[in-house]
Amino acid sequence: MGKFIRLKKGFTINLVGKAAPKVVEIEQPDTFVIKPTDFHGTYMPKPVVKEGDTVKAGSPLFHDKRHENIIYTAPVSGEVVEIKRGEKRKLLEIKILADKKVEYETFKKYTVSEIANLSTAALKEQLLTSGVWPNLIERPFGVVADPGVTPKAIHISAFDTHPLAPDYSVLYKGQDQYFQVGVDILKKLTAGAVHVNTHTTSEISTVFSQVKGVEVNKFSGPHPVGCVGIQIHHLDPINKGQIVWTIAPAGVIQIGKLFLNGIYDASKLVAVTGSEVKNSQYYKTYTGASVKKFLQDNLKQDHVRVIAGNPLTGTAVGKEGHIGFFDQQVSVLPEGDYAEFVGWITPGERKLSFHRAIGLFSFLSPGKERVVDTNTHGEPRAFVQSGIFEQVVPMDILPTHLLKSILAEDIDEMEALGIYEVIEEDLALCEFVDVSKHKVQEILREGLELVQQS
Amino acid sequence: MEFIKHQIEKIKPNFEKGGKWEKHYYSFEALETFLFAPATTNGIKGAQIRDAIDLKRLMMTVIISMVPCLLFGMWNVGHQHFLAIGQAASFMDKFWIGVVQVMPVVVVSYGVGLGIEFVFATFRRHPVNEGFLVTGMLIPLVMPPDVPLWQVGLATAFAVIIGKEAFGGTGMNVMNVALTARAFLYFAYPTDISGSVWTYIGDAKAVAGYSGATPLSLAADAATTGTNVVASLNSFGAGWNEGVFSFWNMFIGIMPGCIGETSTLMCLVGAIILVATGAGSWKVIVSVFGGAYAMGLVLNLIGGNAFVEMPAHYHLVIGGLAFGAVFMATDPVTASQTETGKWIYGALIGIFTVMIRVFNPAYPEGIMLAILLMNVFAPLIDYFVVSSNKKRRLQRATV
Repeated sequence: MGKFIRLKKGFTINLVGKAAPKVVEIEQPDTFVIKPTDFHGTYMPKPVVKEGDTVKAGSPLFHDKRHENIIYTAPVSGEVVEIKRGEKRKLLEIKILADKKVEYETFKKYTVSEIANLSTAALKEQLLTSGVWPNLIERPFGVVADPGVTPKAIHISAFDTHPLAPDYSVLYKGQDQYFQVGVDILKKLTAGAVHVNTHTTSEISTVFSQVKGVEVNKFSGPHPVGCVGIQIHHLDPINKGQIVWTIAPAGVIQIGKLFLNGIYDASKLVAVTGSEVKNSQYYKTYTGASVKKFLQDNLKQDHVRVIAGNPLTGTAVGKEGHIGFFDQQVSVLPEGDYAEFVGWITPGERKLSFHRAIGLFSFLSPGKERVVDTNTHGEPRAFVQSGIFEQVVPMDILPTHLLKSILAEDIDEMEALGIYEVIEEDLALCEFVDVSKHKVQEILREGLELVQQS
Repeated sequence: MEFIKHQIEKIKPNFEKGGKWEKHYYSFEALETFLFAPATTNGIKGAQIRDAIDLKRLMMTVIISMVPCLLFGMWNVGHQHFLAIGQAASFMDKFWIGVVQVMPVVVVSYGVGLGIEFVFATFRRHPVNEGFLVTGMLIPLVMPPDVPLWQVGLATAFAVIIGKEAFGGTGMNVMNVALTARAFLYFAYPTDISGSVWTYIGDAKAVAGYSGATPLSLAADAATTGTNVVASLNSFGAGWNEGVFSFWNMFIGIMPGCIGETSTLMCLVGAIILVATGAGSWKVIVSVFGGAYAMGLVLNLIGGNAFVEMPAHYHLVIGGLAFGAVFMATDPVTASQTETGKWIYGALIGIFTVMIRVFNPAYPEGIMLAILLMNVFAPLIDYFVVSSNKKRRLQRATV
């Protein structure tokens, strides 16, 4: 039996422009991009293709020196048109000009009963070579899972509470069978349980409610309750020396499709959202898609920021950019590069704030959807311990002390204060509510890297 | 607006790197961001949206919560003035005397403090922190109405330089800056901070029977003479200001004392603003009052002398307890920084305030010393709270 956990702390950011439950299919984007920078913990990614090579969906693109057996593969078939490198020749992205019709590498197909009898070794082999493996994320540190270890549990968050997040009952509609096979395979990889964590207030898709052989846990509360790190903390916290894996439902479904259909199927639905989008809806595409075609004739104005991912943890990629490996959402917000006359005191019900300081009235209408731009609303200042971080982190963790220990580069202190239990998304709300405008997520990743290197 | 913005943009290059006033960039930045919230946008990675709050707004919220105390204090300065010289006066006359007496103190406090802030920001090359906007208002409110302005300036300079900048500036200070200013005056000029300084009399002559005693000094005297404290408070002021130290009068705050801290009622109004806006910790405020009251009750039970036997609720309205609890103890920099720690920190301030008042009549104003003492111990409280958090995690690991 799963657990029921009620959380109170946090803040759900309601923005204008959530995707309507409508799936459209338009002409596929021309280019798709795989960015090694999407995967934490890779330290020397090495391409195995050259510009001009043709690839199929599931053909190897690169691997990393740390775990050379994990193959990162192409989401679509086509021609490798660009291998972009940065400083010190660091591999930044591999761009594929897609074929009109996707051709697939073939992998071994199994029936459900064959899967039940598969050895773990054979199973891992297929996961590693096909390109689905990087969906498995290892905690601590939020890095691509190490195939050599057996995690104590695998956690799947079956809902997303980020601002403008897609609705999973739309995203994964009709994928019940693949999801079931996916978790059956995952169960063979862990010594413990596979947890599927659902939310009480939203309607739970049958994909998650009917799944067998897993712990289905129920959560309630505001964001960040949907972040898998928060869920792990309350179900079965990570201690020093322990390893837990997490995977998004999209990854589980890819695994299911890989074994049942024998292909690396990187197709996915992407929610195109935000106040500046005319038609907020879902588009059918593939991992790494260019956002250009989704936004064509679909923007209300030109001065916008296009974010791959959600507005709290995403990356600004521009109108010609591409979504990342894990993204299932594009958010388009107004760019906030304007100076406001005495903006630090002007009142407004319009201004979204978790605080209730003078002139900020948004707390009076918490459910109202708002238009929020990308302005910082203030200047960087020294830490002020107002106790506000503690109100948005529903964990037994002292966020301010943890962040200060990272700034002091005190590794023992970071460990003692629980850095193993968090990654960027878990503390992203701190960055939002911070009076002193710190880059909390960036600071945390620096701390995680310091601990990893030690 | 566009014109001002244009002018700022025009002179801005002078302050940037390589400009002729490069050294004064942070002074310029402080004024620029005061006029216009900056046009900066969030970074490429991470949070793309930010809360509408900033430090300036948070500090303004605290300042607004002090306005009831300030306005009441201005009126009360005038009111006490006319009572002491035995004249009747209109509301506006009283208020005006208060404004004339108080505003110079406010101006000196801000002028000296901000001046030092700007100088340090320029030399140390860091942004001017908004923290002094609050400190600069707190200092006048804890000054006696008849304080010489040079003492205000000196105390402010001492507090900002020794109390704050010596520790590394805003956010690094161990002790509350405004209280440091007050403590400086208290110890450097003890003879000036006593007697008739609590009422502004000016050139006029005090009425017959006028006394500058405070409730705290009356209570301390009562302890030595053995008279009932409540009786001696109630009988004080006969002839020129009957009933000035009755419980309800002290609660409302119509009595001599520091400019802004006589009124428990106005402090509570401020507390409501602070708590409702989330700018001040309700845990600290509640636990200071709770600690003081509980300690008062314990002393009542033990008994001993007249001050010890003073009813516990009197402790909440005499002296600066309410003001200290609401505006001083809640300073986020010097208070305990953990949520559990705030309860302990506040309660100990309350307990020590009453203990210092009752057992050390040489320092009647216990709240000031109790807060400064607990400021020093706040990191220790936090250390234990953080350690217990770490221990919970370690215990879990071994299970």
